[in-house]
Amino acid sequence: MSEWRYWLNEQRGTLTGLVIFLVMFTVYVANHPAGFTANVVHTAANKGVLLAFVAMAQALVVITAGIDLSVGMILVLTNCLASWIVVGGVMPTSLGVAAVLATGTLCGAINGMLVIYGRLQPIVATIATGAVYFGLALLLRPFPGGSVNEDLADALTGRLFGVVPSSLVALAAVVLLVWLPFKRSVAGRAAYAAGSSEPAAFMSGVPIRRGKFAAYLLGGLLAGMGGLFLTFFTYTGEAAYASGSAYTLWSIAAVVLGGVSLYGGRGSAVGAIFGAFAARTTGDMLFAFDVDPLWQPLLQGIVLMIAVSIGSLALLRVRNRLDWFQ
Amino acid sequence: MTTAEIQATSPLFRMEGVSKRYGGVRALENAHLDVEAGHIHAILGENGAGKSTLIKIMAGVVAPDEGRMLLDGQEAVFRSPAAASAAGIACVFQELSLIPDLSVADNIAISNPPCRFGLIDRRAQRAIAEEALARAGAEDIHPRAAVKDLPLSRRQMVEIAKALASRPRILILDEATSALTAGDVAKVFAVLKGLRSEGLALLYISHRMHEIAELADTCTVFRNGRNVASFCAGTRTNGEVVEMMIGREYSNVFPPRQQHSAEPGKAPVLECRNLGWSDRLRDISFSVGEGEVVGLGGLEGQGQRLLLLALFGVLRGTSGSVLIDGQPAAIRSPAEARRPPRSMALIPEDRKTEGLMLPMTVRENLSFAALDRIARGGVIDRGKEEQLIDDMVRLLEIKTAGLDVPVGALSGGNQQKVVIAKWLMREPRIILLNDPTRGIDVGTKQELYRLLRRLAEAGAAIVFYSTDYDELIGCCDRVLVLYDGRVVRELEGDGITERALIASALNVEAAQEGTVA
Repeated sequence: MSEWRYWLNEQRGTLTGLVIFLVMFTVYVANHPAGFTANVVHTAANKGVLLAFVAMAQALVVITAGIDLSVGMILVLTNCLASWIVVGGVMPTSLGVAAVLATGTLCGAINGMLVIYGRLQPIVATIATGAVYFGLALLLRPFPGGSVNEDLADALTGRLFGVVPSSLVALAAVVLLVWLPFKRSVAGRAAYAAGSSEPAAFMSGVPIRRGKFAAYLLGGLLAGMGGLFLTFFTYTGEAAYASGSAYTLWSIAAVVLGGVSLYGGRGSAVGAIFGAFAARTTGDMLFAFDVDPLWQPLLQGIVLMIAVSIGSLALLRVRNRLDWFQ
Repeated sequence: MTTAEIQATSPLFRMEGVSKRYGGVRALENAHLDVEAGHIHAILGENGAGKSTLIKIMAGVVAPDEGRMLLDGQEAVFRSPAAASAAGIACVFQELSLIPDLSVADNIAISNPPCRFGLIDRRAQRAIAEEALARAGAEDIHPRAAVKDLPLSRRQMVEIAKALASRPRILILDEATSALTAGDVAKVFAVLKGLRSEGLALLYISHRMHEIAELADTCTVFRNGRNVASFCAGTRTNGEVVEMMIGREYSNVFPPRQQHSAEPGKAPVLECRNLGWSDRLRDISFSVGEGEVVGLGGLEGQGQRLLLLALFGVLRGTSGSVLIDGQPAAIRSPAEARRPPRSMALIPEDRKTEGLMLPMTVRENLSFAALDRIARGGVIDRGKEEQLIDDMVRLLEIKTAGLDVPVGALSGGNQQKVVIAKWLMREPRIILLNDPTRGIDVGTKQELYRLLRRLAEAGAAIVFYSTDYDELIGCCDRVLVLYDGRVVRELEGDGITERALIASALNVEAAQEGTVA
């Protein structure tokens, strides 16, 4: 009984994200003309997965009390790169995928180096690197175009057994193979510790640098996976500045919705995934309600505001005002 | 010489001629220290005497400018806390080194988590945590609880368990008992004595003389960065030791109490009637007259802190009423509480989070609470600010390199003075103090006691919560003892004795005690 309560306390943020997503998705599906069908779920999953990858990347960095404003641009850069090299037979395609993911990882590693060893503020360092990554993307693809191995793309964006979206399966595999090992590694523990209280972590002999560096590096890898999936969905590469910026900003909204504290030390990438799906649903919901496109950005903002407020409802019950600041 | 001979002739750890400067300040000068295995070695000294620097050097947090350290007769250099920890030196820091968002078990195993296949083995970690907690006598703490949800005393026990879990050869405790309850202190002492008989070397830093008298085998006194004396415990009187620490004669710690008599017919400055909050404060009624110092006593966590927060408008949904000068006052926020004519001030428990903005300057910190008094039309009157600040720095004898240094660079005692000065700038009539002398040195404590008395004589009404019984006895006109959110006893004048305080804190039948106020 008491073990259960501690578990609940540990997972509160992630569960809040899940609840917000479920509530919004239920409202969306209930008002969708087609209802709860494999098609609707498939479309929603494919849209959500891109932001989910970027949000996971953001969550890793935010846990260290940093922020990565280049995640969206890493997605754009890897998208442009993939549209050149993820083509051909099995061997060239595999090498291409590996090169795309390595590029994402390298971008993350550069962010980490600047923040940890260059001692730059994360917000400034990643604005700068984000601009560089976008610049590279633009050089790769001055105009939209390119192609991708369509067999691989269709396999990863289609459905397994006719019902389960394979993009969701891929996302789950990444959680199992990247996030969970990270969370349970010494580096992951160090990332949380550094985010929660860096002086205390230092005094305890925690490998702070290794932890933070791993977070930025894996963040780059995850954003690169997002870029790869973007290519699989669109079959092309495009250096779209607005799209990159939007992914960056929405990734921050998603981690907050998913219960990751912007002060660091609290939350999980799984919560960020739920947050990403919830954030995506805010847009879809307006389609389901058939809202005039002119009104959509405004209403989407309001829906997002309401969703974020749900996570803060607990503050209303606070009877000791000092708890507001914790 | 063979290794065995070296071990026989030299102590486990030796510090030779170690010096450390911070800018122009000499924190430690030519310090020598021998630490023997199987001994408890007490380090005494005022804040700023160099104790913290000494420990930081031993723990690998800072590197010494000069001198060397020997471990087992071999020269030892610690480049990081991790290196010192690997060499078998563990610290229980006064500034807690726990990570708030991680669980108790995560924290206990943080320096060296058990791994399987490259990942942290949570089951093994849990076992380590449970064993360490049991060793520290803190089985009541659940290994999965988040550290930030634990009260201060429990966190300090986790800190001790964490140090024990690393199986150190030298254990350093820096004010490790300052937030503990009496029961915990007894448990920790038993643990420490057990460790001593296992052959560990313990360095024990404390401001509490009776703790040192009970524990220590050897004492070393530091003053102004130098070790001024080392002697066997029990060979000097408390008075002599304190004189070594402060370098001047030690007498009359507590200023004399004025005979206090309320003017008949005049309403008390502060009055509480049946104050309640949730189930944590119940039916509390008391009054504080002009010039009175009313103490709050009892075990830690019996509602004393909450009572002060309730009075200061921090808690929502309190029942009962608060009267100021006989007029009902509904105080809904600290901003309302401090506004004249109420003019309340609260000196908080945790100066680092609730009292000060550490990275900001002494000047800025001092003016924060009084901005409305020194500003005209929203613009700060620099001349007036300067003058008020000068008065305060002089009144409280705040030792700082300048008004424009970050307040975080000051010693603990001086930081606390800044917190108090910041509120005194508002000339408060009602002063609430939440354990203001925790972890500060004798000299500063003495100054604070005199200050409290002066403020009371000038007409302030003071509510003073302290975990130190001597302070309650020495400073207060009356003491309310709280237990489980209620006032169980009110002691007055000569009735305030250690015996009465402890008995009522434990809520033992008053009749058995005889002295009834």
